[in-house]
Order: sequence, then structure tokens, then C-alpha cells
Amino acid sequence: MALQSLDIERRSATTVPPPGVRTPAQVAKLIDISKCIGCKACQAACLEWNDLRDEVGVCHGTYDNPTDLSAKSWTVMRFHEAQTADGRLEWHIRKDGCMHCADPGCLKACPSPGAIVQYANGIVDFHSEHCIGCGYCLMGCPFHIPRLSQEDHRAYKCTLCSDRVAVGLEPACVKSCPTGCIGFGSKEDMVHVAAGRVAELKERGFAHAGLYDPQGVGGTHVMYVLPHADQPELYSGLPKDPTISPWVQLWKGIAKPIGLAAIGLAALGGFLFYVKSGPEEVHEESEAGPGGPAGPGGAQPPTGGR
Amino acid sequence: MTTRNDQIERYTGSQRAAHWVSAISFILLALSGLALFHPAMAWLANLLGGGQWNRILHPFIGVLWFLVFARFALPLMGSNVITGGDLKWLAQVRRVLAHDASGIPPVGRYNGGQKVLYWVLLLGMLVLLASGVVIWEPYFADRFPVDLRRIAVLAHAVTAWGLILSIIVHVTASVWTAGSLTAMVRGKVSRAWAKHHHPGWYREVG
Ligand code: HEM
Ligand code: SF4
Ligand code: SF4
Repeated sequence: MALQSLDIERRSATTVPPPGVRTPAQVAKLIDISKCIGCKACQAACLEWNDLRDEVGVCHGTYDNPTDLSAKSWTVMRFHEAQTADGRLEWHIRKDGCMHCADPGCLKACPSPGAIVQYANGIVDFHSEHCIGCGYCLMGCPFHIPRLSQEDHRAYKCTLCSDRVAVGLEPACVKSCPTGCIGFGSKEDMVHVAAGRVAELKERGFAHAGLYDPQGVGGTHVMYVLPHADQPELYSGLPKDPTISPWVQLWKGIAKPIGLAAIGLAALGGFLFYVKSGPEEVHEESEAGPGGPAGPGGAQPPTGGR
Repeated sequence: MTTRNDQIERYTGSQRAAHWVSAISFILLALSGLALFHPAMAWLANLLGGGQWNRILHPFIGVLWFLVFARFALPLMGSNVITGGDLKWLAQVRRVLAHDASGIPPVGRYNGGQKVLYWVLLLGMLVLLASGVVIWEPYFADRFPVDLRRIAVLAHAVTAWGLILSIIVHVTASVWTAGSLTAMVRGKVSRAWAKHHHPGWYREVG
């Protein structure tokens, strides 16, 4: 799936710089939650473009269908009803899927060289032919997005239609949205569009409207306009201040060089010790006599041995 | 003057078999684990047939190692109780390493260092099995909350280096102590070796 026209910013489990002489614009998708009517055209477009056919599920008594992301459903609409202070109904419908983090926890965690890449335009993409199915990306992601397929044991998630974007098209979901809720363009433009929309929402009484572009993960290339940006959790548990878990930071941070150095030094140290000190030998003649054990204070007191 | 009669049995055939099966599986586990742990070691994944096979086989070899090592080590627990003499031995370990044995308390079947290794391995084995199951895709991992998996994978990696370091010490010590490798390959040691390294044990069995 590597696209030669898309340069790579980061590559999983790789210690040398990836190819990157081009300087493409940073792209972003902007999802304006205040305009979403929950029609799921984007869900259908995603299945269509990516040739995915998820299993037909059953109705769980909500509009959520399917109820969760899966290896074959890379985006799902999450519905949540809330009552406002003055007793009115508010319907929060959020299109869930990969946020395309600037600092992607999935990529940080991935142990397989090249299974996850971040293109220079900001898209985080899984190259499934290199995926080994370890599930580490599921632990790295702060948004609980990637899913392992039980069929081919590889992880999948939204690609932000990297194949379409590479040839100058917008993602399939963007193209299909009938209300113009999903925008796509350079990140700069999308931030600008969002600012205009947030100002409108504030005028209409949503005092805490705002842009969701969480800085804890360096910002994201999928952003939301939220009518209640002070409470992102309202929107089916969107995390307020997502960051890569400190456990993952430790595991993929200092633990790696320290662990490797300790093992290397110990092996070298053991070898040098042996070479310098020579083996601990037992002198058969002096000890093999018929008498009892030498014991402490004997001619050859006991020493160590493994 | 060493004759055949001077040989004492230290390990039975099945103990030796168990030791070497667990040693070989440990090496495979360490190499396949390191392939996942650090990108500089990723090439080691080829040893077990590439990334996917490395991921698939590691946990199964892990369970094999756990069972065989437990079968080998648990019956030896009684010989590995740490005593006051062992602490003195450990305090003096520098002298032991310098081939200077004066004033060092007599050693039984195992010396203080061997006993510490024993308990480190036993504890590490339990941590590795428990944490390994928690992160084992595709069978078990999705039954555990993601934060527990994050802690488990870190615990697994850190415990693995603890054991790899311990095994490096173990291998160095057994090569350094001439006659030890023979004990584990052929099962027998000379009387002189027993008297010299493990006089307390020699008194019991010799
Ligand atoms: C006791 C049984 C064991 C089980 C069930 C087990 C299981 C696992 C699993 C499931 C993984 C994740 C990758 C994969 O799915 O293959 C893993 C990774 C790993 N294992 Fe084990 N393992 C065991 C023993 C060991 C031992 C004895 C060592 C070291 C000598 C070891 C070293 C590692 C390392 C270094 C990693 C990579 C951790 C990282 O990515 O940072 N494991 N193990
Ligand atoms: S949302 Fe999760 S899967 Fe998507 S880029 Fe961020 S860390 Fe990776
Ligand atoms: S499951 Fe695949 S993509 Fe995810 S961390 Fe493992 S190798 Fe990387």
C-alpha cells in the first residue's frame, strides 16, 4: 500500500529517518457535530470505497449500528441523548474513528518495522502486509480505535482515505456527507473554518462551543467542532485531555535503551570477567583423598560454583 | 586420583532433560521477545520465521518453558532455602570470585548466589506467565482492560530483562566454575568438585 507520492514522516519500529524530501501541506478533516443529522451516509461511503462488508448485526434498541468499531467498520456514528438545564432534548451524534494524531500512540507502540506510518501530510496509516497482529497499537492508542481482525490477525482502522488523498481527492466520507458536516482541506484552512463556525455557535447560545484539536497528542488531523467543548465526554466519551498513557511512554521511552544496554553490558561483562579471571578449577589430587570433607578451615575451603 | 567410583550423581537424566529443554526454550523466548522489544533487534524475528510467526510462537514456547521449568525447579525448593550462612557467602562473594576462599562459610547443595538465582527465576516465571497471558492476542488480551494490558506489557518486558540478566550471570558462573557444565550434561561430578564447592552437600551424599 505504500504510496510513493506520499512522503513518510514517521515509520514504526525504525531507527533511521524515513524518506521525506517533499514538503506537502498538512491535511485535516473537520467534523462539525452541530451539523450532523446521523444519517450514516459517511459510514456507508467508507464501506463502499474500502470494499468492506461487515457482518449485519442486530438492533440493540439504539441508533448505534454497528454498536462499535471493528476490523471492518472503520467509522461508526455514536448517538447520545442528553437533557439540557431547561429540560430540552439535545442529541449528540459523533462520527467516531481514527483521529490521525500528530503524535500517534499506535505508531509509538508498534514493534513491526513499517506496519504503521505517518505520512508527511499528517495521515497515520496501517500497512497491513507488515502487521504481525500483536495488538500493541490497541494499547498505544489513547482513543481506543484500532481493531484486530480475527480473520487475518492484522489491525485495521480509518486510513483517512490516504489512497484518495494521494491523488487529490477528498476522503469518501467527506464526499458523501449531505449536510456539509464533514470538511477536508489543509489543517490551517480547517482551523480557520472551525473558528468561524465556533463564533456562530456562540452567537446562537452555545457559550462553550469550541474546536477539539487535543494538544496532548500534538493536535489531530481529524478535528471536531463541539457545541460543548468544555465537556467533550458528553459526546460518547470523547476524552477531555487525551495523551499517550504514561505506561506506554515508559515502555516505549527509556525502558528500551536502558534494557538493551543492560543486557549488552552484562553479556560483555560476563565474558570479560571469564577472560580475565580464568576458570575456577578444582585440584583433584589435593582433594580426592579418602578423608572426610575438607570443611571450613580445611586445606581448600569451599568456594562458589553453579 | 579420580576413578569412576569417585563420581557422585548431581542430576538425574530427567532433571537434565528438563534443564536443557527449559534452557533452549528460554533462549528462543529471549530472542523472539527482544525482536519485539527494540527495533534494533527486530531482525531476530526471522529466527522463528518472520514477524507473524515470531508473534504466534513466542507465547506457546513461553507456556512450554513455564511447565518444564516448574517441573524442574519446584522439587528443588527445599535445597534453596536461604540461611544465615548464605547471607555471609553473599557478603563475601567478591572473595569467591577472586579465587580466594578463606573464611567463607561452607556451602550445601547450592550456594547463596545459586539460591538467589533460584528465587528470582521462580518469581519471574510467575510474573511472565501472568503478564504474558494478559497481552496474548488473539486469545486472551481483549478480555482485559486496556490499562491493565499496558501495565502487563511493561511488567513483562522489565521482568524479561531481569531474567535475561540473571541468566547471563548464571551462564558465566557455570562456565567459570569448571566441572559445573559436566554436572548438567552428564549428571555426575567428581568427589573433589563436590568437596570443594558444596562440602555440606558432599557430607550428606558422599
Ligand atoms: C511464561 C510464559 C510466557 C508467555 C505466555 C509470554 C507471552 C508473551 C506475549 C503474548 C507477548 C506479546 C507478543 C506476542 O504476542 O508474541 C510477549 C512479549 C515479550 N516476551 Fe514473553 N511470554 C512468556 C515468557 C517470556 C520469557 C521467558 C521471556 C524472556 C526471556 C519473554 C520475553 C518477552 C519480551 C522481551 C517481549 C516483548 C515485550 C515488548 O514488546 O516490550 N517472555 N510475551
Ligand atoms: S487515534 Fe489512535 S489509531 Fe488513530 S492515529 Fe491516534 S493513536 Fe493512532
Ligand atoms: S497489531 Fe500490527 S499495526 Fe498494531 S502494533 Fe502490532 S504490528 Fe503494529
